[in-house]
Amino acid sequence: MVSEKVFFTEQQQVESKKLEINSDKKTLIPVLLFPLWVLLYLNLEKITDLIMFSVIGLTPKTHLTDAVWFFVFEVPKVLLLLTLIVFIVGIIRSYFSPERTRKILGGKKLFTGNVLASLLGIVTPFCSCSAIPLFLGFVESGIPLGVTFSFLIAAPMINEVALVLLFGLFGWKTALLYMSTGLLIAIISGYIIGRLKLERFVEPWVYQVKVGHLEMEEENISFSERITAGIDAVKEIVRKVWIYIVIGIAVGAGIHGYVPENFMADLMGKSAWWSVPIAVMLGVPMYSNAAGIIPIVQALLEKGASLGTVLAFMMSVIGLSLPETIILKKVLKLQLIFVFVGVVAAGIIIVGYLFNLIY
Amino acid sequence: MVSVKILGTGCKKCQTLEAKVRELIASNSIDAIVEKVTDLQEIVGYGIMMTPGLVINEKVKSYGIIPKDEQIINWLKENENA
Repeated sequence: MVSEKVFFTEQQQVESKKLEINSDKKTLIPVLLFPLWVLLYLNLEKITDLIMFSVIGLTPKTHLTDAVWFFVFEVPKVLLLLTLIVFIVGIIRSYFSPERTRKILGGKKLFTGNVLASLLGIVTPFCSCSAIPLFLGFVESGIPLGVTFSFLIAAPMINEVALVLLFGLFGWKTALLYMSTGLLIAIISGYIIGRLKLERFVEPWVYQVKVGHLEMEEENISFSERITAGIDAVKEIVRKVWIYIVIGIAVGAGIHGYVPENFMADLMGKSAWWSVPIAVMLGVPMYSNAAGIIPIVQALLEKGASLGTVLAFMMSVIGLSLPETIILKKVLKLQLIFVFVGVVAAGIIIVGYLFNLIY
Repeated sequence: MVSVKILGTGCKKCQTLEAKVRELIASNSIDAIVEKVTDLQEIVGYGIMMTPGLVINEKVKSYGIIPKDEQIINWLKENENA
């Protein structure tokens, strides 16, 4: 018996060594790929021109060429950006966990708590299917309802896929604008919900539920494991969204090449004051991920839609989604859900008007 | 006998993890019972805030991720011998 056990642990040691070597190799992959990435990204326009005009031989300045060029250029560009950013975000997220976020938020006052929760919403790993366990874990450990909401608003609204697409298709200014207004909405909406003292509209069982204490030792993760986490994030997210990006850019390319200039001006332009609330009303029940919606929206902007309207539409599609609201019904009474959707929607509308006014 | 619980309300990751664990148990002929836990109160009872959770012999081994195959097999074998 004894010898058998020794044998087993030896075998385990060998196996764990094998794992170590494998992960060391993995650390090298990003280092080797990065120069290639830079080279490709910087020369993408030239490569596209080369393929389009020298290899295929399309005539410049036709509708078809415009549309095809847009597609052939934007798809690899966005996918390249997505790979890099998701990789970096994957590494950053390995430093944050819901437990750590909960610890940071515990005992914070309303306003400070809202600001922190919104910021942490960006970097803490989150998926809408975990919204309920997270809500319970936060509320049970005494984090105020309003602070919890700031987190739940910021986490889905400001996500890496949306930021990559905004950066790639609109430029860094719009990406930054989206991020800062998203943060502002999360902070203020959470603060208002906190001030309204709506705890009575939380399902009573939430306050009775016994949240267990997680007895998992917080392992010290090595840097090569964080790299692996980054690679895993790339695999998972790119596999999930690439098809939406391709379809979105294809539709965007069609609009880009064929829809006349200023076509959207009457419908979604500045002069149409009703366009912002309608954009939000259309956006809330729509459940599309950022990957599919942003390329289409970018093409609309080019055709005369105004930035505020477009921004409002995007935020309501990404930030307020019907399925997520339905999930929340398990822990919140209808009144609170209406307040939540109402406050956030109002915030988005204000942002929309503000940008139509500024630009 | 190893007791294995998959905690999750039915998201895609949870289904993937359940299928993977069942397959690994079968292919390594490990003596185990797999149970899917979908009840929210029971899930948070284990203290996790991200699904899916993997519980082996009543200890949370991972949450929010799908662990690597070798890792899952190691956990299962450790508990089988214990």
